[in-house]
Amino acid sequence: MAEFLQQLINGISLGSVYALIALGYTMVYGIIRLINFAHGEVYMLGAIFGYYAITTLKLPFFAALALAMVLCAGLGVIMERIAYKPLRNAPRVAALMTAVGLSLFFQNFTIYSIGASPKAFPKMQQINWSFMGATVSNGQVLILFTAIALMIILHFIVQKTKMGKAMRAVSFDQDAAKLMGINVDNTISFTFAIGSALAAAGGVLVGQYYGVVQPLMGTLPGLKAFVAAVLGGIGIIPGAMIGGLILGVAESTISAIGYSTFRDAVAFAILIGILILKPAGILGKNVREKV
Amino acid sequence: MLKVEDLNVFYGAIHAIKGISLEVAEGQIVTLIGANGAGKTTTLRTISGLNRAKSGQISFKGKPINTLPAQDIMAMGISQVPEGRRVFANMTVLENLELGAYLRKDKSGIKKDMDHVFEKFPRLLERIKQQAGTLSGGEQQMLAMGRALMSRPKLLLLDEPSMGLAPLLVQGIFSIIKELNQEGTTILLVEQNAHMALSIAHQAYVLETGKIVLSGDAKELASRPEISEAYLGGAVGH
Ligand SMILES: Nc1ncnc2c1ncn2[C@@H]1O[C@H](COP(=O)(O)OP(=O)(O)OP(=O)(O)O)[C@@H](O)[C@H]1O
Ligand SMILES: [Mg+2]
Repeated sequence: MAEFLQQLINGISLGSVYALIALGYTMVYGIIRLINFAHGEVYMLGAIFGYYAITTLKLPFFAALALAMVLCAGLGVIMERIAYKPLRNAPRVAALMTAVGLSLFFQNFTIYSIGASPKAFPKMQQINWSFMGATVSNGQVLILFTAIALMIILHFIVQKTKMGKAMRAVSFDQDAAKLMGINVDNTISFTFAIGSALAAAGGVLVGQYYGVVQPLMGTLPGLKAFVAAVLGGIGIIPGAMIGGLILGVAESTISAIGYSTFRDAVAFAILIGILILKPAGILGKNVREKV
Repeated sequence: MLKVEDLNVFYGAIHAIKGISLEVAEGQIVTLIGANGAGKTTTLRTISGLNRAKSGQISFKGKPINTLPAQDIMAMGISQVPEGRRVFANMTVLENLELGAYLRKDKSGIKKDMDHVFEKFPRLLERIKQQAGTLSGGEQQMLAMGRALMSRPKLLLLDEPSMGLAPLLVQGIFSIIKELNQEGTTILLVEQNAHMALSIAHQAYVLETGKIVLSGDAKELASRPEISEAYLGGAVGH
């Protein structure tokens, strides 16, 4: 029992990182129907920015987190303007290829710039608490609380602010949004900024939790977060949160019952399962896509 | 107030609007009637900046607007109730109305205009917290009109407001259009229901496969035999 509680705790903290990354996938998909496969690399760059902010700039953790988020937000906006905007009316496969290309570009550019070897991300002094026989570390608590705080802020932005309403309007019907006087380009940029900032936060949190960052660290979490987004229902914000948590807990549980070699396969098994059983995802409605 | 000159619009190779010119004078209701596929929606979309003209000129209050982005055209005071209403189904009635006032910052003015919308459409007030997607067709039409009014437009473009509504509701919508006009909003009304449109309009244009084939005083056009045959089902004997 204690063992399962332990895996639940591990799973939730891991899952909240997947959820942070999945939010970016789902928001971008919601607004321009694009799977931004370079999103995992934004997460990686967030971790790297966070690493330099802490080691070189000697910033405290939360300042480094904020800086990495701001830098990645800017990066997300530039990425959209340069790479995706010109393709907005092109066939979708063109944008998808571009996303894959961007992803490779970011990986290799980072390797070229800072080398391929892993870097030791300064960890904070570890403190463990016992909780009904399971152990909770301060790193896990940090991940969980930061993720929850960011999601609450996101919820507030999307539901209550003018920009959030514009985002929802544009993702529902671009032409109708334009008729309201909404600047669609700016709204799309804003969406990329928010999604990228959340991925960066995930990167910094993971960097500090595992104590290591490297240029290829974005690939697998990126793919898994994509699965989490699909699982919850792509384009649906609460879906990304739910999908991330389920995936995190599933992975930890598989490890706990002794199949840790299959840990990374869980995500893909879930992906196949959901595509067969309910392609629209847990929160999605099974409707035909409007054209 | 609005002047369209020699407008040409294409969808790929399809020449949808073939050199039309029309004018909407301040304070009037002008109607653009025509059969399915004549190009009415395309004309309104081009005025609002959702489609781009290949050639021609659109000016509003003397200023060319055909190269402006849609949000700037909206900001100048042209608001559209699009074909099929296109309310934001995933948002509440209130949020839809707030989006109509997206470009405004005068909180008290917005509040006043919202009250005014609720006076015109009391049903919307009853449904204020309801998701727009759960409204009936008629209620969605009211919401689409209310939403457009929230920008306090100088020129209101209406694309087939009677579409799919029961006759009684159509009556209601048309009398509200008339009211809005009397309160000072200039209106360009696209309709297939030519009889109703001509009965409230001052001026009218008849569009046929991308060209304007007839235009003039609405009452006068309504009495022409060729109009009543082609667009009034021949049944309306004048
Ligand atoms: N997105 C599009 N792509 C290609 N052709 C289009 C498109 N939209 C409209 N058309 C064509 O342009 C012409 C004018 O269409 P439009 O929608 O403006 O007509 P309409 O007068 O509004 O018709 P209705 O009364 O049915 O609404 C039609 O021949 C139509 O097939
Ligand atoms: Mg039409």
